[in-house]
Amino acid sequence: MRITLFITCYNDTLFPETGQAVVRLLERLGHEVVFPLDQTCCGQMHYNTGYQREAVPLMKRFVETFREAETICIPSSSCVAMIRDHYPLMAEESGDAELVRAVEELLPRIYELSELLVKKLGLEDVGAYYAHRVTYHASCHSLRGLQLGDIPLRLLRKVRGIDLVELPNIDRCCGFGGTFAVKNGDVSAAMLAEKMKDVENTTAEVCTAVDNSCLMHIFGGLHRARAGVKTVHLAQILASTEAEGEA
Amino acid sequence: MTVRVGESARALPFQKAALPLLDDAQLRKNVRHATDTIQRKRGLVVAEQTDWQELRTAASAIKRHTLKHLDTYLTQFEERFTAAGGVVHWASDADEANRIVLGLVQQYGGKEVIKIKTMTSDETRLNEALEQAGVHPYETDLAELIIQLGHDKPSHIVVPALHKNRAQIREIFLREMGLKELGNRPEDLTAAARRFLREKFLRVKIGVSGANFLIAETGGVCIVESEGNGRMCLTMPEVLISMAGIEKVIPSFEDLEVFLQLLPRSATGERMNPYNSIWTGTHEDDGPKHFHVVLLDNGRTSILADKESRQTLHCIRCAACLNTCPVYRQTGGHAYGSSYAGPIGAIFTPQVLNMEHAQSLPYASSLCGACYEVCPVKINIPEVLIHLRGRVVREQKSALDPEALGMKAMATVFGSRHRFEAAQRLARVGQWPVVSHGWVRHLPGMMGNWTAVRDMKAIPDQPFRAWWKQRQKKQEKQA
Repeated sequence: MRITLFITCYNDTLFPETGQAVVRLLERLGHEVVFPLDQTCCGQMHYNTGYQREAVPLMKRFVETFREAETICIPSSSCVAMIRDHYPLMAEESGDAELVRAVEELLPRIYELSELLVKKLGLEDVGAYYAHRVTYHASCHSLRGLQLGDIPLRLLRKVRGIDLVELPNIDRCCGFGGTFAVKNGDVSAAMLAEKMKDVENTTAEVCTAVDNSCLMHIFGGLHRARAGVKTVHLAQILASTEAEGEA
Repeated sequence: MTVRVGESARALPFQKAALPLLDDAQLRKNVRHATDTIQRKRGLVVAEQTDWQELRTAASAIKRHTLKHLDTYLTQFEERFTAAGGVVHWASDADEANRIVLGLVQQYGGKEVIKIKTMTSDETRLNEALEQAGVHPYETDLAELIIQLGHDKPSHIVVPALHKNRAQIREIFLREMGLKELGNRPEDLTAAARRFLREKFLRVKIGVSGANFLIAETGGVCIVESEGNGRMCLTMPEVLISMAGIEKVIPSFEDLEVFLQLLPRSATGERMNPYNSIWTGTHEDDGPKHFHVVLLDNGRTSILADKESRQTLHCIRCAACLNTCPVYRQTGGHAYGSSYAGPIGAIFTPQVLNMEHAQSLPYASSLCGACYEVCPVKINIPEVLIHLRGRVVREQKSALDPEALGMKAMATVFGSRHRFEAAQRLARVGQWPVVSHGWVRHLPGMMGNWTAVRDMKAIPDQPFRAWWKQRQKKQEKQA
């Protein structure tokens, strides 16, 4: 299958290793990966912070860049949620009937990475090997936005060598919330402290998720505390194999 | 935002109000303990209700329908309530509502009133208005009594004193009731409250209440509660004055079937409230001889006019969103600067009250969505928060605000591939003053809020797209 990658602006800039892992994983599974260089940002940060007008051109740009793609993979549930939950209304409010139709046609072809693997490709065992003690953090957008349920966990359970441990209070927000972490830094820090305690109590070496945004927040705190736990995007665990090593 | 006179006009912005609360270890422990307990109970009684999602959908549909025909149902309620012997008063804002209540109290020659817990009177700051006119209000809900005696403010919609633990409550009772001794068991405290309140129930001739539901079909007023003190206020005084927001009307008696299943399970984790009172008009030998309802607008019609945030008026004040909110969990209710705390307060308050801190409230959320998931009337609170943030930006922010300038610059950067790639390069090259050993530990300005407790990985040398381009080139060469 020809899969078009929307890497997202922050993964592109801050977490290239996640994008590389997605490419390695999908190609290993026999798919062709395409990356349109015109892509930038879905507009989530602007939209959620109240700059909805500024987000409209970014939506149009996304639609234009990906309208020909047959299957779109996004390794970030919050960006997928932005597109699914808000693009239809944004298009409607723009009064552009053509845009409304384009968004409508685009939405069913958009998949978050774990969704793509399990729902579209029907896979749970992707042939990964990852010999670490791992705990899974369910990001709010994956859990309540995309309603992914245990899809990421089903993929993790099939990883060879993994020692998967349950994270207590898995449904509780880590306190990132985009600009929330800056605008309400002190409350966000209090939320993060609770999440870090939960992560550390699992004695996992690695905390994973389908969103690098939460992981950046959680690891930011863990690194400052010298906790000795690292965070790794799900794509990197799934891309790792015994023969080729860790992604 | 709506300009209106209301409570806590001088309240601090959420971020500042949160600070002393975050430092109060006892308060945070009390809040965590109480919300965890209620949530556990709620989880059990919601799970046993197999048609829970259908009930939520039904409640949301009833509320949507009612709001669409609000004028019809309010007029119908007025007709039926009047026919049953009551008097309806209309108040466009808090001050008018308070004037009406005070006028009635004075008309009936009262110097005191007994009150059943009412959010609406907190909203209008009725107690202050009464006290200024020399009328003493006695709160009879146990938690509201604790708040009143402790000269405190409510921190939760259903459990207003949840930030206090038993020892703290005992101290308040000892001091304010003038007791010589008082035990520390729950029954000691409730017995003290009972002695204190029973005498008021027997003496005071005027009761003031809120309303959970106004039934248009019958003209009835429905109030649910757990203690029975509310029932005392509804039945014992000669005069009953109920204050309710106009959104509290429901079309028919039958609709209670839906709401009285959702409300207690969501609010206190009970299958049914211990006391469910429906009061219709006046009766010869039973209950109050005079029954007044004050219907309060106070910004509600302007919420109704906003199609994105109209759903705010679905709220049945169960506070399930507070109990599940990870932000409320850290701060408790006082940070929200109004008795409407938590996620619902963050959307309701800025729409009805003109406060300096109002524009901070829509941002007092990580948009985690837990509130929407538990809301029994399906208010999509994150959606409304985002909408209100948009209104803050469009209506209140100066175009020269640093945040607005930054956001606009970012939007321009994301508007073109080449600008985006140039910005990536610039950020990578320009970050050296703040990077040490691959990590950023201190950032200036607003971003300093991030590095206060979190490190940040430095921007790597090669963004993903550069790696991709390199790989493409290599593959083309090989081909």
